[in-house]
Amino acid sequence: MSQPRQSPWLAALSGLVYFFLYAPIVVLIVFSFNVSRTNVVFEGVVNQGPCGPFYWYCELLQNRSVADAARNTLIIAVTSTAVSTLIGTLAALALQRYEFFGKKSAETALYFPMVTPEIVMGIGILVLFSALFGWVNSMLPPGLRLTLGLGTVIVSHIAFSIPFVTLVVRARLHGFDSRLEEAAMDLGAPPLTTFLRITLPLIAPGVLAGAMLAFTLSLDDFIITFFTTGPGATTLPIYVYGLLRRVVTPEVNALSTLWILVVLTVVGLSQWFQQRE
Amino acid sequence: MAGYAVELRAVWKRFLGPAGETVAAVKELSLQIADGEFFALLGPSGCGKTTTLRMVAGFELPSDGEVLIQGKPMGKTPPYQRPVNTVFQNYALFPHMTIGENVAFGLQMQKVGRQEVQRRVGDALEMVRLSGLERRRPKQLSGGQQQRVALARALVNRPQVLLLDEPLGALDLKLRKEMQLELKKLQREVGITFVFVTHDQEEALTMSDRIAVMDAGVALQVGSATQIYEQPNCRFVADFIGETNFLEGSVQQLQGGQALVELPGGLSVWASMAQPVAVGNPVTVAVRPEKLTLRPLEAPLANQLQGQVVDQVYIGTDTYYSVRLASGQTIRVREQNNLAALRQGAQPGDTVCVQFVAETASVLTG
Repeated sequence: MSQPRQSPWLAALSGLVYFFLYAPIVVLIVFSFNVSRTNVVFEGVVNQGPCGPFYWYCELLQNRSVADAARNTLIIAVTSTAVSTLIGTLAALALQRYEFFGKKSAETALYFPMVTPEIVMGIGILVLFSALFGWVNSMLPPGLRLTLGLGTVIVSHIAFSIPFVTLVVRARLHGFDSRLEEAAMDLGAPPLTTFLRITLPLIAPGVLAGAMLAFTLSLDDFIITFFTTGPGATTLPIYVYGLLRRVVTPEVNALSTLWILVVLTVVGLSQWFQQRE
Repeated sequence: MAGYAVELRAVWKRFLGPAGETVAAVKELSLQIADGEFFALLGPSGCGKTTTLRMVAGFELPSDGEVLIQGKPMGKTPPYQRPVNTVFQNYALFPHMTIGENVAFGLQMQKVGRQEVQRRVGDALEMVRLSGLERRRPKQLSGGQQQRVALARALVNRPQVLLLDEPLGALDLKLRKEMQLELKKLQREVGITFVFVTHDQEEALTMSDRIAVMDAGVALQVGSATQIYEQPNCRFVADFIGETNFLEGSVQQLQGGQALVELPGGLSVWASMAQPVAVGNPVTVAVRPEKLTLRPLEAPLANQLQGQVVDQVYIGTDTYYSVRLASGQTIRVREQNNLAALRQGAQPGDTVCVQFVAETASVLTG
């Protein structure tokens, strides 16, 4: 057998695909070192102040609003990841092991939001919160009234992350040998001990991968956050969008570059856990 | 003594079938397994033997009837509170733990002190000849070694009863033979009651003190290897264990535990009764190939059938002959290759007499 002949057209097409995928990211990173305040022409590498070429990065770190947005984003991502991982994992266990009335419908209903357009979900959640708060607030004194803010963003992030966690954990559970649990119980381990010492360590890579996915989803969510956020709960995507409406300085590029690094790290870790036996 | 090591009293297990119908996997099963006994549950797949074992372990609860361990009714006692341990079919070793941690797991659950855990784990691994492998992972061991880890993990807890679910099924033939003898030896040493599930009749015959032959949820015959092989009490047992020739006929006469059975073609043979029969009953005479002897054609004697050798297969220690009887039925004869047999071996085409002693044949109903 001879080697299949490589078509130059195929190679060119593949190159083009990768070019369009990565060129924007490369341009974005390059422009974060631009001298010019505008993102139109690259006028050379900035070398200003104590930070030298990293001038815009230093400017960025001194910006209070960026720090606030980053903090909000992290609070939301960490909280929603923790809660959605817990609920999503329990749901995966239940769907994998037990036969119960309405199981098929429960499963379909769980995965449906994943294919629902996000803007529809966002508007839906906003309408739900407004209606709910309108009704609840009418019974509360003025100082205790519920408003949109960190809380509502966290709740909606938990909601959209759960199906993803469940999906990832179920994939891991698929090959799980339930005889290992029987063996543990046979050796005297009550159900909770069996879960903590046998089940959990064995599905941990799946749970971690699910958590990483939930974390990245929350970190760069814009649409649902846009509809459910309120004063003082600006996240990084919302903040960047706000900046774009004025002038796009290399500060935004610097912020985006750092952000890509964070997301890449998390996704990389997630892949690594997923593949680890 | 608190009674039997394991006792089943009229135990039923019913499952819901795929179409919503009730399927009985075990039907009114009663067994008594004595302390220190090596007991085998033998039967084809789907006969209910594994379900029975799982009911003793506590993974399944009987739909009806009672399971007693050391005379204590188990009721709904969960597996983790029963004085039994199980060796699983594919060992079910914990992949994320080392061999040492696997073996120590049961003792940790019993809150045994750290030093004693270490000592007993060492002893258990020594017993199964795996000392020094404490830090390995299950995946790094061969199938036979994993099997021995599973044994050590169960035996280290000193259970009153050890349950084994086809423990040798995943091993190759040579290793299986070795492990059979090793298991038997180990059981004698530790003196623990072994309840062993297998579909391999040879395995059951080699190792067990007593065997229960199961089919379709029922224990058809319970007895020693010799009893089950030499005196099967029904056609299924005679057929499932070893090789058997079946001759259909009807009872002509009864005398002192034996029956004279008339076969098609007018010949009659004497055989021992395994079940009560009456004159005129349709019965089957079961006789094993090695209990038959070939003779040159002579004047007809008792328990002698005439036929023609149609095939001959030499297998070293013995020779198999297929003999077509006057009735058209072909039976198998196994003759040992001693000097006399080699000198006057029958050849295909020879007309011969097939003879057997009444005590070696069983009259079975159905």
